[in-house]
Amino acid sequence: MCSLEKRGRLFILKLTGDGEHRLNPTLLDSLRSTINQIRSDQSSSQSVLITTSDGKFFSNGYDLALAETNPSLSVLMDSKLRSLVADLISLPMPTIAAVTGHASAAGCILAMSHDYVLMRRDRGFLYMSELDIELIVPAWFMAVIRMKIGSPAARRDVILTAAKVTADVGVKMGIIDSAHDSAAETVEAAVKLGEEIIQRGGDGHVYGKRRETLLREVLVHTIGEDESGLSVVRNTGSKL
Amino acid sequence: MCTLEKRGDLFLLTLTGDGEHRFHPDTIATILSLLEQAKSQSTRGSILITTANGKFFSNGFDLAWAQTAGSITGAANRLHQMVESLKPVVAALLDLPMPTIAALNGHAAAAGLMLALSHDYVFMRKDRGVLYMSEVDIGLSMPDYFSALVRAKIGTSAARRELLLSGKKIRGEEAVGLGIVDSAAYDSEEGVVQASVRLGEKLAAKKWSGEVYASIRKSLYPELCGILGLEARVFATPKL
Repeated sequence: MCSLEKRGRLFILKLTGDGEHRLNPTLLDSLRSTINQIRSDQSSSQSVLITTSDGKFFSNGYDLALAETNPSLSVLMDSKLRSLVADLISLPMPTIAAVTGHASAAGCILAMSHDYVLMRRDRGFLYMSELDIELIVPAWFMAVIRMKIGSPAARRDVILTAAKVTADVGVKMGIIDSAHDSAAETVEAAVKLGEEIIQRGGDGHVYGKRRETLLREVLVHTIGEDESGLSVVRNTGSKL
Repeated sequence: MCTLEKRGDLFLLTLTGDGEHRFHPDTIATILSLLEQAKSQSTRGSILITTANGKFFSNGFDLAWAQTAGSITGAANRLHQMVESLKPVVAALLDLPMPTIAALNGHAAAAGLMLALSHDYVFMRKDRGVLYMSEVDIGLSMPDYFSALVRAKIGTSAARRELLLSGKKIRGEEAVGLGIVDSAAYDSEEGVVQASVRLGEKLAAKKWSGEVYASIRKSLYPELCGILGLEARVFATPKL
């Protein structure tokens, strides 16, 4: 499902195995519990998270086949992903997605929910597939898109043409931070970036709080309409 | 004054004749009714292209008609009437169950530019035609849905400033640079229409569900939809 490695001060979270890493309830629970584990680690306020994956896919989105057997599972998966994204937004450390395979729909949103997105250029694409598979794009997905893709034309291309965005195109569109020649190089670049960020110093808890403010519009959708929910302490800075 | 032609998958809406194609209440009512017609005849793979004949795409509201009201209040009422009546046209375009392309044969000013921006894609000529928000020059204030449209479609503060505050007449190349139009590579009326047809055919080949397309489009512009009173929700089952 997923593995966690600690490399110096870097946390490397990996979606494991050769499958599509579909975001079914089990994987989502596993990811959330791993993120919680990271959050409660002693060194977390001076760390960086890198999320990556094995195989051809970063994540091919929700487990739609599962949802077809039981429609209430759609709601459950959506709810769990919202919580996971809220957790990532409040995480007291910078986050880097090392996208080494296809990221579609919910999988693309997961990648974009990281502060930095690095991607391989030799294979794979970001793909908001909803238009092609006749699904509505949830309002909270749109909030992530609005926060992470600045140009209205780029947003239109991604959402309204279901564009398959390769890394170099992604850099031009302002969706990806940098493109790399292979999966290994992408992860290496993420590690290097992570180490540079750690070198700069700074308190992860402050970082997490500022990120919550910056991405408030997404948090309103993920945590809930009730604004007072935003003051619920997700990122206390205290391990007591 | 305005015709709707069907050419295979393409609906071609043309503001006819050599004039300024000013929006008089009758013109607006005709446009609205033709859009409703296109909507009722739409199928998978339908496309709308809107263009005009002559030197102007449209020079905006029929201010001369407003002035013939005979009094300042009368003129203000007529102007208000035109402003209100264009809102359903913008809403109809946002709601249209097919991709929309504005092929600017010539000048697009004020409400005429707003009509253009209400389309998913905007092409203009390189050699002729300007975009011009004349309000700042003639002392008119901007309706709420105009500003919402500009905010939805134009991303940078510099571009919004140039368009709304400078009173500039923006030519093709600059319009592309500012991100106001998608392309201005065409040297003739035929060129811009042909480019629109080419893009239209490419999009038509995807055979997207018009209902899903319209729903996803509206969710890209929540602020604008709110002002226009458009709901974004449609429920669809995914194509697996």
